[in-house]
Amino acid sequence: MIEPRHAAPLLALALAPLMTGIINRTKAFFAGRQGPPLLQAYFDLWKLLRKGAVYSRATTWVFRAGPMVGVATGAAALLIVPLGGEPALLAFPGDILLLAGLLALARFFIIAAALDTGSAFEGMGASREAQFSALAEPALLLSLAALARLTGGLSLSDLFRDITPAAWVENGPALALAAAALVIVFLAENARIPVDDPNTHLELTMIHEVMVLDHGGPDFAYVLYGAALKLWVLGALVIGVLVPWRGPNPWANLAAVVAGLFVLSVAVGVVESCMARLRLLRVPQLLTVAGVFAALAIILLRR
Amino acid sequence: MSDALRPLHNARAIPVAELPLLSLDRFREEILIAVESGGRIVSLFGQPAGDALRLYGAVATPEGGLAVGCADVTGDGYPALTPDCIQAHLFEREIAEQWGLRPEGHPWLKPVRYHRPLAGRDVWNRAPDAEIPPAVTEFFRVEGDEVHEVAVGPVHAGVIEPGHFRFQCHGEQVMHLEIALGYQHRGVEAALAGGPHKRTLPIIETLAGDTTVGHTLAYCQAVEALGDCAPAPRGEALRGVALELERLANHAGDLGALAGDVGYLPTSSYCGRLRGDLLNLTALLCGNRFGRGLIRPGGAAFDADPTRADELLTRLDAIFRDVRGAVELLWSTPSVLARFEDTGVVTPEQCVELGLVGPAARACGISRDVRFEFPAGIYRFAHIPTSAWHGGDVFARAFVRWLEIERSTEFIRTQMHNLPAGEARLPAAPPGPDRFVLSLTEGWRGEICHAALTDSAGRFARYKVTDPSFHNWTGLALALRGQQISDFPLCNKSFNLSYCGHDL
Repeated sequence: MIEPRHAAPLLALALAPLMTGIINRTKAFFAGRQGPPLLQAYFDLWKLLRKGAVYSRATTWVFRAGPMVGVATGAAALLIVPLGGEPALLAFPGDILLLAGLLALARFFIIAAALDTGSAFEGMGASREAQFSALAEPALLLSLAALARLTGGLSLSDLFRDITPAAWVENGPALALAAAALVIVFLAENARIPVDDPNTHLELTMIHEVMVLDHGGPDFAYVLYGAALKLWVLGALVIGVLVPWRGPNPWANLAAVVAGLFVLSVAVGVVESCMARLRLLRVPQLLTVAGVFAALAIILLRR
Repeated sequence: MSDALRPLHNARAIPVAELPLLSLDRFREEILIAVESGGRIVSLFGQPAGDALRLYGAVATPEGGLAVGCADVTGDGYPALTPDCIQAHLFEREIAEQWGLRPEGHPWLKPVRYHRPLAGRDVWNRAPDAEIPPAVTEFFRVEGDEVHEVAVGPVHAGVIEPGHFRFQCHGEQVMHLEIALGYQHRGVEAALAGGPHKRTLPIIETLAGDTTVGHTLAYCQAVEALGDCAPAPRGEALRGVALELERLANHAGDLGALAGDVGYLPTSSYCGRLRGDLLNLTALLCGNRFGRGLIRPGGAAFDADPTRADELLTRLDAIFRDVRGAVELLWSTPSVLARFEDTGVVTPEQCVELGLVGPAARACGISRDVRFEFPAGIYRFAHIPTSAWHGGDVFARAFVRWLEIERSTEFIRTQMHNLPAGEARLPAAPPGPDRFVLSLTEGWRGEICHAALTDSAGRFARYKVTDPSFHNWTGLALALRGQQISDFPLCNKSFNLSYCGHDL
């Protein structure tokens, strides 16, 4: 018997690239264009997978490992992130730290792969990514700690099960602060505006994109797919806090969360359509704000 | 013979005999005094005269006029102007590269366009058969363990022209930027010598493709002045309209591109479309979106009949409304202003020292506009107020463009409603013998200067083109000092200089 918790990771593997499609269609709508097809991300992946890859003689196995580790950690994270109040496929106390660890592992390998090319651009991107994630990671951990403090669970599955409408009534401000911190981390970690501009072609301004300039063909497909999984995983955390309602039917709950993720994609598109990117100097301030929000949530819960 | 520079008017020819031939010391002194007291160098170039190299200098005087003079240099070198007058630095490098004349004491004597000397010596003693690849040269370096060098280009990620940028960075901060161009050098000046001939107009129209109207207008003004004939008044008005349409299209495109560089979608996408619509207005006038074939000696090759004039105005109104909507979003969005303000500042002092022109100068609060200072053609009768702003940052350069969009639109409306009657084009006389002319127009990037010298047969002995980019590239390099390297694309776009106009 297939249960929703079995279906959830499969659904994520299948639907994650769709979020990118929705974001791009939303942006196109605001720009007065028709935009690429919703399934463009899938077409791109398919196209890239059929291509050959070119490797610089300067690179080593580290360069090839980066994209694969990205996909592997994203897929592993899907196993521990619950959708719709049901426990995830794997759940154990402390898996919130595993989630942060998986994200860090992926980042380490992407940065190492970028440095492996020896390119000035990629080195610059790697340095920016390292700097900003050093601030984004505490914000993520602090907001998860706030949620853990609220619910008493140390496993993502327990934690999100207990974020209910009743919890919002009781501890609304703390939850709102934690959610705000998660949204900022979500935008920053996924290289979205206002932190990074996924559409730019200007190497000097890029953070994430510039680190993967030398990846091509199937490797780049893995990079894109890994990024889509990360978008889904962090989006699931945001939706898990913001959409606390659960019905009696677990399948309906799962569907509601997936719909929530698509709405979140639209929201990302709207944000990207109505504001400019921050100056790079200001990004640490934004991430610090996320950390402060999360810390404030913990203080509120200590009362 | 007089021992001072000779005043002259924009687009009015003088006999070569009236060009004052000064002693070299006097020539240097005149130019230095003019620049020191608030004038600037409009053009400075060399031309062989017998055994000597004759230097021609044209300055915009502090009193608000133009003046020109020349001096002969014999021997391998002369004391450079650059140490006392920074804005001469690229001109002197150009003279050294073209004619092998060494400006003694020039602090940074490198090639400009990486080509062989047009005649005679080679300042850098390169072998006559040695290859001269562009931008393979020494660059200014900052030493230190924590300093790193970033090289960008000549192949860029976008579809843009080739140029090489060398940054000396401390972390994300740029300490110094050096720009090396020359990839687009195609020998324009050599090809123009001996003209006007069949190829002259096509070459002029493609000096810088996005400034076709500006350059062609400068050329036609020069040729008409050399031939002592006046263009048709109706044609002059149409040329003015075309020049302002070119400004509108490029400024609107630039504002959109600036928005794109900070990731602000609405203005970026709308201005991208509106630029196309504005180019189509030029196409409505002459069938070509860049205005090729429109401007010809004697006037305009295409007339605007009443129905076409009406359609142009109707379409312009609709486009202007949309541009206003898209651009005003920029000024009311805090996240955009946060990126534009205080980014890439050029101080008024730097602007004056470097002799910047166009919107880049006007954004420093310096009122420099050929249409206002040295009016020729239609601008003698219809005045456009100079649009200046203060601050010298990306915001100011963007805002000046918006002010100019407003004023140029108004100008086009007025002109199209009041087109003079008569022919759009009159027959033009060929250039007269032994004459000299300085022809300036205000292209959308700034001051375009064409200086022409005819020989005894009325052919161009020298046709010297100075694109506004030639003055302004150094301004961009300076604007980057102390900035974040990630802000370079934004600063670059706020200047939006021409590579091929510089490389010729």
